[in-house]
Amino acid sequence: MGGRGGGGGGHHGGGAGGFFQEDEILGKAYDATLTRRLVGYLAPYKLWVALAIVLLLVQSLAQIVPPIIAKEIVDQAVIPAVSGALARDDAFARLAVLGIVYLVVLAIGAAIRYGQTILTTWVGQKAMYDLRLELFRHLQFLPLGFFDRNPVGRLMTRITNDIDALTDMVTRGVVSIFGDIAMVVLISGAMLILDWRLALVTFISLPILIALTAYFRGIMRESFRAIRIRLARVNAFLNETLSGMAIVQLFTREKPVFDAFDTLNRDLLAANQGQVRAMSVFQPTVNFTRNATAALLFVVGANWVMDAQLSLGTLVAFWQLLQNFFQPILDLSEKYNIMQAAMASSERVFRLLDTHSTILDPQRPVELPHVRGEITFDNVSFAYNEGEWVLRDVNFKITAGESVAIVGATGAGKTSIISLISRFYDVQKGRILLDGVDIRDMRQADVRRHVGVVLQDPFIFAGTISSNIRLNEASISDEQVRAAAQFVNADKFIERLPQGYETVVTERGSTLSVGQKQLLAFARAIAFNPEILLVLDEATSSVDTETEHLIQDALAKLMVGRTSIIIAHRLSTIQNVDRIIVLHKGRVVEMGTHRDLLQQRGTYHRLYELQYRAHEAESPMKSA
Amino acid sequence: MHSSRATLLHYLGQHKVKLLTGILLVAGSSFVAVLPPLLIGRIVDALTTGANLDLIGRLALIMVALAAVENVLRGLGRLRILDSSRRIEYGVRNDLLAHLQTMHLAYFQHQRIGDLMARLTNDLQAVRQMIGFGILMLTNTLMTLLFTFVSMFGVNTKLALITLILTPISSYVFWTIGRRVNRRFEQLQSQFGDLSAKAQENFSGIRVVKAFSQEEDEIRAFAKVNRDYLNKAVDLAMVNGLLWPAMQFILGAALLTILYVGGQDAIEKQLTIGQLVQFVAYLQLISWPMIALGEVTNMIQQGAASLGRLQHIFEARPAITDPIDPVTTPIKGAVEFKGISFAYGQAVVLRDISFSVPAGGSLAIVGPTGSGKSTLVNLIPRLFDAQQGEITIDGIDVKRYPLPQLRRAVGYVPQETFLFSVPLRENVGFGRDTPLAESELEWAGDVSQLGKDVADFPARYDTMIGERGVTLSGGQKQRTAIARAVAKDPRILILDDALSAVDTYTEAEILKRLRGVMRERTSIVVAHRISTVKDADEILVLDDGVIAERGTHRDLLERNGLYAAMYRRQLLEEELEVDEEQSEHDKRVRTSTAPEQSAPPRARRIDEMPADQD
Repeated sequence: MGGRGGGGGGHHGGGAGGFFQEDEILGKAYDATLTRRLVGYLAPYKLWVALAIVLLLVQSLAQIVPPIIAKEIVDQAVIPAVSGALARDDAFARLAVLGIVYLVVLAIGAAIRYGQTILTTWVGQKAMYDLRLELFRHLQFLPLGFFDRNPVGRLMTRITNDIDALTDMVTRGVVSIFGDIAMVVLISGAMLILDWRLALVTFISLPILIALTAYFRGIMRESFRAIRIRLARVNAFLNETLSGMAIVQLFTREKPVFDAFDTLNRDLLAANQGQVRAMSVFQPTVNFTRNATAALLFVVGANWVMDAQLSLGTLVAFWQLLQNFFQPILDLSEKYNIMQAAMASSERVFRLLDTHSTILDPQRPVELPHVRGEITFDNVSFAYNEGEWVLRDVNFKITAGESVAIVGATGAGKTSIISLISRFYDVQKGRILLDGVDIRDMRQADVRRHVGVVLQDPFIFAGTISSNIRLNEASISDEQVRAAAQFVNADKFIERLPQGYETVVTERGSTLSVGQKQLLAFARAIAFNPEILLVLDEATSSVDTETEHLIQDALAKLMVGRTSIIIAHRLSTIQNVDRIIVLHKGRVVEMGTHRDLLQQRGTYHRLYELQYRAHEAESPMKSA
Repeated sequence: MHSSRATLLHYLGQHKVKLLTGILLVAGSSFVAVLPPLLIGRIVDALTTGANLDLIGRLALIMVALAAVENVLRGLGRLRILDSSRRIEYGVRNDLLAHLQTMHLAYFQHQRIGDLMARLTNDLQAVRQMIGFGILMLTNTLMTLLFTFVSMFGVNTKLALITLILTPISSYVFWTIGRRVNRRFEQLQSQFGDLSAKAQENFSGIRVVKAFSQEEDEIRAFAKVNRDYLNKAVDLAMVNGLLWPAMQFILGAALLTILYVGGQDAIEKQLTIGQLVQFVAYLQLISWPMIALGEVTNMIQQGAASLGRLQHIFEARPAITDPIDPVTTPIKGAVEFKGISFAYGQAVVLRDISFSVPAGGSLAIVGPTGSGKSTLVNLIPRLFDAQQGEITIDGIDVKRYPLPQLRRAVGYVPQETFLFSVPLRENVGFGRDTPLAESELEWAGDVSQLGKDVADFPARYDTMIGERGVTLSGGQKQRTAIARAVAKDPRILILDDALSAVDTYTEAEILKRLRGVMRERTSIVVAHRISTVKDADEILVLDDGVIAERGTHRDLLERNGLYAAMYRRQLLEEELEVDEEQSEHDKRVRTSTAPEQSAPPRARRIDEMPADQD
């Protein structure tokens, strides 16, 4: 049966522990390196930790005092009185004194235990608060490539469930293990002091216990491991099925999806049953060992009591102490579970913390007091994955205030150009200059302050419409928010919302249409009034012609006095830029005005022709 | 709560033989466990009165035998009860998924997935613990208390009464503390939800966070929810931490009372020392059950709360269900809307929409963002049901077709693509009962133009998608979704703005191939560009939920309304481009239609052109 109620805190650990991940699951319940590093987070609180340990020892001590007082009551009061060696009233007086001592010890023990629990919880939670914040901070500054590779669900598990599992370990696992060790040592000591021979008799059970524990630990390790892996699979499958329920239903896949789930669920059941079986043998076996030891204690002790080598009270005290002596072993499985979960979690958390950002701010950053907005790509080559070049030897220079469109087929590398200017990624060859300064010589925040981006997937934060436009920038006034919205023609739909600019929007902007989200993203970019504006055409591709015209209208205004780079695959959207850069398979193949490029009859002309042809004929419709 | 109980009983009933025998075995072990204190008392009395060692040896042997019986019974009982709880957990999990699969789409938009997941994990765990450990501990506790008190009264009424009075006190203490623990635990859970939500939002929107240099602000915001979580956890510990010390104190006090009062009685020779020790043994026997009583109460309270949350899921009724009197005539594909109105809650999205498409016909829908285009097409496969009006296919209300039949007839490519973490092959063949033949796969890949990309994948169609495999680009995802819909061989194909992430060239190729595929089938296409829709049999122009205009391309142009305006605008763009090209020779300056061309640096041609200019 479960063990100590112990400290408070994260109960989310166990079940939801492996919410999504099934990878990298350790089987170990103890790993010295990981533990040492975890303990490092307690260092700032070492005085408090020391105090907690002292309290723990004191309260363990308080727990073994009662059997000893019981012994005194039997030996000093009851037996002498019964045998007539002590007067009745004297016996009563002794009884009263012992009773008061007992009560005092009890009260102190309880109070200390409470204090120790609170202290442990606070220290553990605070240390894990620090770790969680450190992890979050660390993640904030990891490059975008990291987020491309790691799905949100995985990161979520790290920062929530994994850290909770560690909190569990610090507040419950480690403390109860310390407590158990202290208890076993203190009880052994007390037994040895009370009667070393009888103590040795009791210790006969130890080899049996050690053998039992060693045997079952192997079984437990495998079964916990199997459970964690299978539970993670079940939950990952559930999560995906729920997220894609519309597709499951539209394609009438309910039955096969259910069958696939049943298989996973059945595997999990089998693993759980294995564990139940193992534990159903382990705990009764340990319990039997305890009872048998007690019987042995009485047989051997009885002999010595008869020979008057041992007091009856001592025998009774031994028997009581024996009960506590075995308790830690009976709780073993719970602690094992906590420790194993924590080791797996800490391994994952630390691996994340050890992922270092490849995009760093320079030691001595160049500061540009005034940014004009000139961008130069100087022999830039770039690959997301080594060897798979997305951009090759790209050269161009965009003068301050110029507007440029980048066109090309999917995969030509257009989006990468935008990501590179924002320094979401670093180039492998060549350099990108902002007003003649390599952007790697500047602080990332400084670069991004001057570069406004309208991204492909307009992201809406939980909050209001206006908080989504200004984000956390308090310096952007309400008027500026409205002006920005007006500028991009977003004001009309915003004013139609129930609370206008203060309308609450939910996560992922589910209450807004795609077009509305995009208009908001525009307003957001404009509110920050950047010197350089980068626009991803995909961002506007889902907007109807009406709105797209409104946006283009806004863009035309925006481009004035601002370096603008627009990634467009619909040629009609780039009518009014100063210059067009045509990308093909990562290379700049043409550059010039719309007219010049058409005249060249090159790649641009071909793209243009395709666009034209698409307008003329291609559609899934049949003529009437 | 009543229905929660019915649910609980339903699942318990499935394993009643196993559970009942388990309970009996545990009860039996509790009975056997009460016997050794009697023997201990005898041994002590034998020692104080100077008896023979033979008797003590025999008594000890009986103790060992009893211990063996007790633990065998306990082990077997425990196995049966806990095994049942695991089977119930498995059953509930399966049933929950099966039930959720019947729920309508609006339900999943309303219930956040994360929240549902929390119920399927944390709440299910709490329910399982309530059933498994709950029953185990409850049986053990109640039986041990019962047998112990019966034995106590058999030995000494006064001491038994004293102990009996202490039991409700300890239970009350536990109960009051437990209530507070539960309350604070719920608060902690809710704070955990906030913490998760903040982290999720940040990770999902990391591009924006970085683009606008909001990292420090985000850290501050996260630190706040993190700090609140810490405080709530300490709040919980403040009451939770009381449990053990309180219990320890109460039990200690009980033992002290027994020793003190019993000690006096022993001195007065009203009680033998053996009986006193026997009482101490009894107290030791019930000390764990008394603690467990509090713990089991908590477990049951938390389990009941969790069961209530699961019950909410079970009680949610699907709004979209199979008809009672289904029609199973094969679907040909004539779609008709008769006076359809639809609202999400208060927000009216469609008003009085009527139109019809004959089997094999084509319909196109254009209109501004938010005009209700997606909603309209969602109504056909009954992702939603309209509040007013009727939608028929082949003259029969869609609500009268069995859902599987209706949905099998519809090939749907949604605006937002969702693929599963399975090999590409299975994603494409998702709508099929049997695996796709290689030729079908190639064909679907060709129509959707996915094939040319697949050729570059290491494992081709066996390439794993998602977290553990390759990450597809937006265009590749959309094309996979098109292949998936086409592979289904549907009577009605719906494309809901399904080419937005596909480049122009590929789009043209896909449309050309789709036209061939759709010759005999009904197609309904939501699009933005006139050129995509102009050949449709009928075009609907939606504006703010109503059909503003309708007709063929020609009709609509003659009508000279919204559509014509859209067309003119797009035409103008095209003409402008053509015009420019022609006028290049005349060195004519651009017309005013293009927004102001400040036009300074033109024709900045690069000198060396790359070679591979295919």
